[in-house]
Amino acid sequence: MGVTPSDGAKSAGGTSVISQISPNWITTRLDFLANWARSNSLWPMPFGTACCAIEFMATAASRFDISRFGMERLGYSPRQADLLLCAGRLPFKLAPVIRRIYDQMPQPKWVISMGACASTGGIFDTYAMTQGIDTVVPVDVYVPGCPPRPEGLLYGILLLHKKIRGETMVDKSIREEHILQPGGLRLPPEHVDVLSEPFGNSVHQTRSA
Amino acid sequence: MNPSVEALRREFGGKIGRAVESCGDTIVYVETEHAREILAWLKNTPGQEYNYLIDVTAVEYRDPELPLEVVYLLFSLDRKAQLCVKIALTKTGDLEVDSVVPLWQGANWLEREVYDMFGITFRDHPDLRRILMWETYSEGYPLRKDFPLRGRLSRSEQVKRALHANPEAHYSMELLSIAEAFNDLPHDMRERLAKGERGAIPEPEQGTDRG
Repeated sequence: MGVTPSDGAKSAGGTSVISQISPNWITTRLDFLANWARSNSLWPMPFGTACCAIEFMATAASRFDISRFGMERLGYSPRQADLLLCAGRLPFKLAPVIRRIYDQMPQPKWVISMGACASTGGIFDTYAMTQGIDTVVPVDVYVPGCPPRPEGLLYGILLLHKKIRGETMVDKSIREEHILQPGGLRLPPEHVDVLSEPFGNSVHQTRSA
Repeated sequence: MNPSVEALRREFGGKIGRAVESCGDTIVYVETEHAREILAWLKNTPGQEYNYLIDVTAVEYRDPELPLEVVYLLFSLDRKAQLCVKIALTKTGDLEVDSVVPLWQGANWLEREVYDMFGITFRDHPDLRRILMWETYSEGYPLRKDFPLRGRLSRSEQVKRALHANPEAHYSMELLSIAEAFNDLPHDMRERLAKGERGAIPEPEQGTDRG
């Protein structure tokens, strides 16, 4: 193996040996193998709340057929899935639900935010809607569209494949659990406010009375 | 004009307000205190028999001078006749009307929705809780005209409060059909269910209110 610190095998503080070595021939080969397997057998957990879910169904059905990418096994249990696919708007009432689903999924796990509403709140810049699911769970790939065509979703999935193929076991931060901060949020409150700022036509929707 | 209006005037006299015809529908205003009595009469009297309650809803007009209205859409399944009964509520007074759940069971969720969206309370309602917004929602009544489109709190505060809600608390253990299996549930789930609370409301922080 490559360069190893003298007391590396002791793994002080519970960190594993892998975290203390730099990328080398063996880890990159193992990465290649693991990423190849993971990216080609994603088990999605569809979280369909709106019309994007209909388009997702079209993607899953025979014409577009996501089983071509090893994704035909849709897991309706978060414990047996590694891709959370949020298709549709997320009202505040569902925020704790998607948060718990995300927490219940085992690592490694990824999230695709499908459509304008899941990504930004879309046209629903209202009192009842989260302005993007990234205020609640971390997101890997955003698919724009209202709703996205199946080709768009497939492109997003292929982008996620690409992202997975670039992961490495040496970078432990990839597998970090993004748990809620003591304040109850995933991000600092100012970030949530900035992420939720109105944009585009919503800027003119300030009428209140 | 629907002949029921004439019958109502004969029976109740001054308790019936003005009646108008709009797009073929008859709208009749009645007094708040006597609304349930009048609606019961409309339901049970032979010749009226408005036995089906299509909807209960409310209207707030943009003009602040105009009162809030509670709207009852009645239909007689046998006579195929429709009648719209309205109650006008002064905005400055207490927004309270008698529940019509004793007359039509179907009014239960409809009145809960009116309560949730407009803050009108219904006397004698068996279970007057919010129905669309979660029960710990504390920003007000969203369909009132003085309610800002994006809510009263900052977005981060809204997300925080939403994440504090307990999704299991919306259901009783009987509804979830897990009352017998309670002891077999995972520890964390047992703890959340045993508390029986409907989500904790975090203390509002200073400066988060943006009106």
